[in-house]
Amino acid sequence: MHFSHIFKSRINVLSVAFALFLAFFSLNAAAQALPDTTVKAENHTKIVAEEAKEKKFDITAYILHHIADSHGFHMWGEGENSVSISLPIILWTDNGLVTFMSGDFHHDSEGKHVVEKNGQRFVNHHEKIYYASATANEHGEFVEVGAKHKVANLAPLDFSITKNVFTLIFSGVILVILFVNVARSYAKRKGKSPKGFQSLIEPVILFIRDDIAIPNLGAKHEAYMPYLLTIFFFIWFNNILGMVPFFPGGANLTGNINLTFVLAVLTYIITTVKANKHYWKHIFWMPGVPVPMKIFLAPLEFLGTLTKPVALMIRLFANITAGHILVLALLCLIFVFKSIFIAPVSVVFVVFISMIELLVGFIQAFIFTVLTALFIGLAVQEHGEH
Amino acid sequence: MDLFNPSIGLIVWSTIVFLLLFFILAKFAWKPVMVAIKEREQFIDDSLNKAELANQEMARLTAQNEDLMKQARAERDEILKEAKKLKDNIVNEAKTSAHTEGAKLIEKARIEIENQKKAALAELKGQVSTLSLDIAERVLRSQLDDKAKQQDLVTSLLKDVELN
Repeated sequence: MHFSHIFKSRINVLSVAFALFLAFFSLNAAAQALPDTTVKAENHTKIVAEEAKEKKFDITAYILHHIADSHGFHMWGEGENSVSISLPIILWTDNGLVTFMSGDFHHDSEGKHVVEKNGQRFVNHHEKIYYASATANEHGEFVEVGAKHKVANLAPLDFSITKNVFTLIFSGVILVILFVNVARSYAKRKGKSPKGFQSLIEPVILFIRDDIAIPNLGAKHEAYMPYLLTIFFFIWFNNILGMVPFFPGGANLTGNINLTFVLAVLTYIITTVKANKHYWKHIFWMPGVPVPMKIFLAPLEFLGTLTKPVALMIRLFANITAGHILVLALLCLIFVFKSIFIAPVSVVFVVFISMIELLVGFIQAFIFTVLTALFIGLAVQEHGEH
Repeated sequence: MDLFNPSIGLIVWSTIVFLLLFFILAKFAWKPVMVAIKEREQFIDDSLNKAELANQEMARLTAQNEDLMKQARAERDEILKEAKKLKDNIVNEAKTSAHTEGAKLIEKARIEIENQKKAALAELKGQVSTLSLDIAERVLRSQLDDKAKQQDLVTSLLKDVELN
């Protein structure tokens, strides 16, 4: 492929990233084993377990809580004493639109605090908004929890400005300000060498154009440059923002499968809409093979067009989530060993992993952009490669 | 698992925000930036081309100048050579003409001298003869006072004549 030379210099980096990726899977698998034991413990002694749960540190729940989306930006503290930034909750209920602030739940995400609005009652159960039950269950939760923690209550459509949505808008605003400014400095210093932030951005823009767009799209690259640039900077910026542990960072936006799904779908739509006759012919009526083979290949090739965006979606999501889990897991070592002396080790490891994550953040943005360019390139190129 | 739960809210929001971001950036950032970069690259290429052309022109001019210099030097040498030749000719000619002129003058002078000499000699001859006659007359006058002596003289004279 055209872009293989780009990877050569990064092969070491990629192998490191791959090793880390594997490490994450083994860690995650180990963490998966935990919930069962906690569930059993709960069943045996309910009240004691409640207290024990406070003391026993559940790594899986802790990590998953931190990488999941939430209503409200938690800053510090626990339970009722925690300080968090309240975010708007927007619900499309059976009776129309309902809005209130997440602060109305009083930091409750166990479904114990009911918010009444427009004659409807809502609870926040593990950051999902449900219609509250009439009465509380034995744990004081206004939801009916069935087997395997499944909640039986109905849920309104949730269009809240969650932590991720807030970060999404925030990063969008920052990117617009940054790049409109860069564009302005281009206008101001017309024909001159770049200066300041402009000179930081220009090599990246040229890199995307010369090493990603042109090798894959050839003469047609200009039309796709805006999309490639937007997707690259959006992913890169959010990957880095996700590494910042406090407000306005801290959200795991690019490690959220919903966002990567949207990005992958956009790439898929562009690929499909822009694809030429040649591309479709190669999918549904492969030239140069016997007719039965053509019929056999068509569904496979069609499936291939779908697996490409799915791979895009999973790759970004898994890599970024893996990084977050790794950092959190290393920090959790302190609580697992219940010793302050583990802290230096954890911190050193976390700093090390964070450095690598910064690199991975760039590489993933790069790979997403390269593959997007490649998929579009395959769809729009004039002559197929045989 | 929570991680894979679809969230319609986030999907809708990210679609809206990303598309907005894309259109805003495409119109207000990427378009001017890409155009500016392209223009600048074009300008740099043009400038480099121009510099290259200027260099070539410069080299050409230098070569031309050198040629001109060489030509001029050759011409100068030629002219100098010719001048020298001319000078030599003139000098030689002058020399020969001076020689012949001198020779002529000398010849003339010689002839003149010869003539003068001849005239002088002729005059001298005349005077000598007159003088001789005077002397002879006086001698004769003194001698011929005596008859005997006259006789002697005539005999001696006659002896000398001897009919040669």
